Amino acid sequence: MEQELLLWVRGTGLQIASAVFLIGMVYRMLHILLLGRKHSLAQPRGSEWSGALRTLWKRTFVSTKLSARGNFTVITGFIFHIGFFVTFLFLSQHIDLIRAVLGLHWPAMPRGVIDMAAVLAIGAMVALLVHRFVDPVKRLLSDYQDYLTWALSFLPLLTGFMLLREIGFEYITLLTLHIASVELLLLVAPFTKLAHMFSTFISRWYNGAVNGFKGINI
Amino acid sequence: MSTSLQRGIDTLIGQIDAPTASFFTSCVHCGLCADACLFYTETNDPKYTPIHKLEPMRRLWQQEYTFWGKLMKKVGLSKPVTDAELAEWEPLVYDSCTLCGRCSLVCPVGNDIVYMVRKMREGMVASGHAPEGLKDSTQRAIELGSPMGLNLNTLKAQIKHAEKDTGLTVPLDVEGADYMMVLSSAEIADYPEIIGAVSRIFKQANVSWTLASDGFEGTNSGIQIGSSDLAAEILGRIVHAAERLKVKYVISPECGHAFTALRWEGPNLIGRPFPFQVIHIIELLDELRSSGRLKTEGVDETRMTFHDPCQMVRRGGVIEQPRNLLHMVAPNFVEMPDAGVQNWCCGGGGGVSANHRAEPVRIKVFSRKKAQLDAVNVQTIVTSCSNCRTMLLDGLENNHMDIEVIGLTELVAEHLADNAEGKAS
Repeated sequence: MEQELLLWVRGTGLQIASAVFLIGMVYRMLHILLLGRKHSLAQPRGSEWSGALRTLWKRTFVSTKLSARGNFTVITGFIFHIGFFVTFLFLSQHIDLIRAVLGLHWPAMPRGVIDMAAVLAIGAMVALLVHRFVDPVKRLLSDYQDYLTWALSFLPLLTGFMLLREIGFEYITLLTLHIASVELLLLVAPFTKLAHMFSTFISRWYNGAVNGFKGINI
Repeated sequence: MSTSLQRGIDTLIGQIDAPTASFFTSCVHCGLCADACLFYTETNDPKYTPIHKLEPMRRLWQQEYTFWGKLMKKVGLSKPVTDAELAEWEPLVYDSCTLCGRCSLVCPVGNDIVYMVRKMREGMVASGHAPEGLKDSTQRAIELGSPMGLNLNTLKAQIKHAEKDTGLTVPLDVEGADYMMVLSSAEIADYPEIIGAVSRIFKQANVSWTLASDGFEGTNSGIQIGSSDLAAEILGRIVHAAERLKVKYVISPECGHAFTALRWEGPNLIGRPFPFQVIHIIELLDELRSSGRLKTEGVDETRMTFHDPCQMVRRGGVIEQPRNLLHMVAPNFVEMPDAGVQNWCCGGGGGVSANHRAEPVRIKVFSRKKAQLDAVNVQTIVTSCSNCRTMLLDGLENNHMDIEVIGLTELVAEHLADNAEGKAS
């Protein structure tokens, strides 16, 4: 029974989730882009493209002086994103899966590094959740999606870490839970603010393009 | 103009374009924009968080442009935008936002928040939720030709003064001049020295220029209140005058929003490219300096700093030019912390200065400018926006700070080289 469930989750389940993710994301991004925008009739002072590309890269790092709460958000946010992507992209099992599906592969990172990245990402997520509750600005801005997407991003990290360390449940149960949690994330991502994983680049492009057009080097 | 909730909602939905949709999709509610906004940093009130000022528009985007939002709306589970809500948001959108654009610099996902506030104001006007002070000044601009109620006679009186002071003739309605100078209301009413100053500078630099009797007012309340129709009508006067006089350039005055209206929004407002170029007076002075046509002599030893108007730096890209000019005449010029693109707003841009209801919060948040000024200990602030100038004077007065505020063009004119004909005695 458990075996069958695992087989379904890593087979058909993963295919459905991946398809929803891919089609959903493409639809969502096209839906944004096809709304279009009015092209300015003003005389440009610079290039939209150079401004857009500059902001695409530079906005990864915040250049404005921030308060303590702002710095906390930036640093913790960085730790989460880096930890998440290190575990996702450099765990040998993940690379094997990517190679099986896409044919692409790269060297894995040592388990110690992956463990540390996972622990840091989990810790950062917990800290960000607590901050969301206690910081008046974040509390005011937050809605159910902020907590839902937090949970959906947290579960793959948590189950993945438990799986590597064999904590709590049997290996098969943990593996099933881990893959299922990833599928849940994939299914929901296109329809929630998790879509920022792609739309961020569109936002930065538009923001930078406006400044590039005006010849403002920001 | 008829206004109603439905018109407001329709306008807001119509304002949502690809950039806006990408910005709302990308926002992860991190709250960093709060740190960039002086209305938040000086009050610590979370309601002033820039992205929160767009909440009604965000929900409309969600309900009209997203899968879940549309579904929720269909089954009656979404919260509709109401008249009461827009009324509640009016002070957030107008009183506590100067369209300074600092929030658009800090957002890590790249949201251009001020771009959306400008759009939100279109919906607020259409729904009848714009501040009285701003409505009044816009009405005066439409009916009388100037938000401060000034008319051609006021300008002519100031021209006469300038001619008497400088011994020069101030050109009015000269067809075929290269440059047409536009002024701001505050310049005509409170800082008319600018007319004499540019007369003398242009005489020395041998610039062919004119004022226009039917297009001298650059202040655009339509942009500030957020009505593209009215903004186009106000701007159309300048365009018409420039075309009538067949000038090659229109000079934007020392006024931030006049520059934005003329330089960046102008052709889009009237729906066609301009047959002339728009240049800010400070850009022109710097061009004259670099081509050797503007020569100064003597310096002012006063310790002074420069206040960057938001629409000139962050939103306008005129950053180095004022500094080049200052270095000609002010050896003791010092930069405030955060000077340049990150400079903090005077607190009165984007129509806040015309909105009396905003006065208490505007005065409160001047503490940010005060902190910047306290760090440099200067005797004089130079700026290149007459609205900033008035707001700075007001803030300094409220804080009992003994600092002089002057316009950059006048400072340059005071140090024109001796060979300038018609130099004031």
